[in-house]
Amino acid sequence: MNSSSTTTLTSKPGSSSKLDHWRAYPRFLSRVVWQAFDGNWLFYVWMILLTAVFLVGANAWAVQVRDGMGLTSMSDHVSWGLYIANFTFLVGLAAGGVMMVIPAYLYHDEEMHDVVIVGELLAVAAIIMALCFVVADLGRPDRFWHLLPGLGRFNFPLSMLTWDVIVLNGYLLINLHICGYLLYMRFLGRKPNPKWYVPMVFLSIIWAVSIHTVTAFLYCGLGGRPFWNTALLAPRFLASAFVSGPAFIILAIGILQRFLGTSFGVGPIRTLANIMRVTILINLLMVGSEVFVEFYTGGTHTSAAQYLYFGLHGKNELVPWIWSSVGMTIIAALLLLSPKVFTHGWMLTLACVLAFCGIWIEKGMGLIIPGFIPSVLHEIVEYRPSLLEWKISTGIWALGFMIYTVALKVTLNVFRKPSSQAGASPLAGR
Amino acid sequence: MDTETTLAPKEGITRRDVLKGLGATLGLAAYAKALAPLTEWKPAESVDEFLQKHYKELSPVDLNIVLRRLEKDTKDNHGVDVNITDVKAQSGVKFGYALNLSICIGCRKCAEACHQENNHDRPSNQSYIRVLEMSKGSIDMEKGNAHYDHPVPQPDKFYMPVQCQQCDNPPCVSVCPVEATWKEPDGIVVVDYNWCIGCRYCQAACPYHARRFNWTKPEIPAKETNPEQNYLSNRIRPQGVMEKCTFCLHRTRNGRLPACLEACPTGARVFGNLLDPKSEIRWVLENKRVFVLKEDLGTKPQFFYFFDE
Repeated sequence: MNSSSTTTLTSKPGSSSKLDHWRAYPRFLSRVVWQAFDGNWLFYVWMILLTAVFLVGANAWAVQVRDGMGLTSMSDHVSWGLYIANFTFLVGLAAGGVMMVIPAYLYHDEEMHDVVIVGELLAVAAIIMALCFVVADLGRPDRFWHLLPGLGRFNFPLSMLTWDVIVLNGYLLINLHICGYLLYMRFLGRKPNPKWYVPMVFLSIIWAVSIHTVTAFLYCGLGGRPFWNTALLAPRFLASAFVSGPAFIILAIGILQRFLGTSFGVGPIRTLANIMRVTILINLLMVGSEVFVEFYTGGTHTSAAQYLYFGLHGKNELVPWIWSSVGMTIIAALLLLSPKVFTHGWMLTLACVLAFCGIWIEKGMGLIIPGFIPSVLHEIVEYRPSLLEWKISTGIWALGFMIYTVALKVTLNVFRKPSSQAGASPLAGR
Repeated sequence: MDTETTLAPKEGITRRDVLKGLGATLGLAAYAKALAPLTEWKPAESVDEFLQKHYKELSPVDLNIVLRRLEKDTKDNHGVDVNITDVKAQSGVKFGYALNLSICIGCRKCAEACHQENNHDRPSNQSYIRVLEMSKGSIDMEKGNAHYDHPVPQPDKFYMPVQCQQCDNPPCVSVCPVEATWKEPDGIVVVDYNWCIGCRYCQAACPYHARRFNWTKPEIPAKETNPEQNYLSNRIRPQGVMEKCTFCLHRTRNGRLPACLEACPTGARVFGNLLDPKSEIRWVLENKRVFVLKEDLGTKPQFFYFFDE
């Protein structure tokens, strides 16, 4: 209502009647599309490379749909594999993206406002990747519509997977709305009206917690799988998400500063590194606590953890994986604890890379595969992803990087110029 | 304003535009090529299959059309004439199964009979029954072995066949996001193979390894196919969906016994109506030392194991 009357003062051409939006919004969208396909030679090389990798994955997926999932290494014993491992990790990454938002809006950290959108866009890209991994894991992707409320038969609220469908798509929409609204207002040269996005920002903070909690509930609610059947799973998911999310954002900001000369200042990076300092230790504490309960108690329920960390009956496919994860996370934690991490850029970069990879293993294969080994009838059938699974997974990651690159490019181009003239922070709409 | 002028395309066709057009064309061609295998995918050809409603929403007329279409598809894809029916549950019946561990010799005739009766995939030698060879002195399944390959019975072993326990509180049914699996009035947990999306959440949820996934299109030679088929049980499953033991409902709902029971040479298997006080299964439950698998999980299995005195 009176949002339009306040924005009229700052808007550029004439009135701001509703009709204006009918013309302005398509123009905004076409500008976004134009931005996605135009850039310097570096942009083209990067995007062509990603497209090529994505197409290899898309082709592998098409073959998998045609010939069946027998082309994967999954079996009736290990019925989820690399896809669901990546899905789980990416939900965490999406939730972690919101770590930028909390200091910016909850604690009124003004400097964080400029970089908030880097995190929000990460959430968008990560959720799209996560959804792609679910589709890649479906035996019958053509029946996807059975999952749509109203059209299909939605087993809500009994099935945790239906909860996940709701929270993941909801999170995607919320973040798309926030990013889209801020960009559109910037495009119009107007000051964003807090009424239209600040409530959504707060909702996204709560929602971020919900997506990873619900995803943890997918696994920990299954009584037949003792490795997952622990109340600590959801808190562990959140702790590790709040390591991998900030780690990725610090790296992304570093790359943007190096290649594009965009300056975000040191404040946001310092804040994010401080968040990681705490969350990485909480994560390690919880892992240690679980390991204690498993091994001190002993018994049959320990066999999955036994398999994961030390191997079982001579089968030890995951042992090198999980120990590299443990090693990477501990080194990252030590690097982050050192005060030098803020003066020596390489230390922070290394810590973020190690933390990110360490969590990818721990919240990926290290979590999903031991749930199936040994099987519920205590058979040990091992799993190593097939080439096809690696192709599809890499393809989805390439798609995610494409989305993230384009989203950042559009954002920075729409944001940068006017904000340097006006001097006002585009996101400080409060 | 400033952004627009700097970002707007220049007028006229430049070399850059030509290169872009070329790039876009090549890109589209690459996309088409990459996704081409999808056009060779069978279900992509059938609109009727794509739009088919959930089993419970099919009217008798719709169902009849579906059954005839499935018969035709089986002829086209597997080269065999089959008769697909849909037998409903009888009222006043709740099926239960009991297995005498004292006399099972681990011959796996039950698994083999299941393989044939239910039109399982031949190359993977699929069956709904897994027989564990266990060491006497323990019922810990961790000490069991499903891959024994020697004469049976071994003197220091006993044998425990495991199949769907048709739980009264089935975790597989709760987790299914699309209600593609449910418990029938006579206690049998079934799957609508034409509604399942193949997410395999039920397989993760089942504590008894009762569910199987069709990782590829099942292969069965035409002359080995059991032509008497049922929509919810032994018809040849499509690729990419879940399947499971149905207590041979196409037989048992018609007053016959499950194929695994008929194949058992020792009479270790007892099947019947739990609601009939005079049934043999009721006698077993009331007079033998009976246990169920993983009782602590609260799944309430309707498949019972027992020992002779």
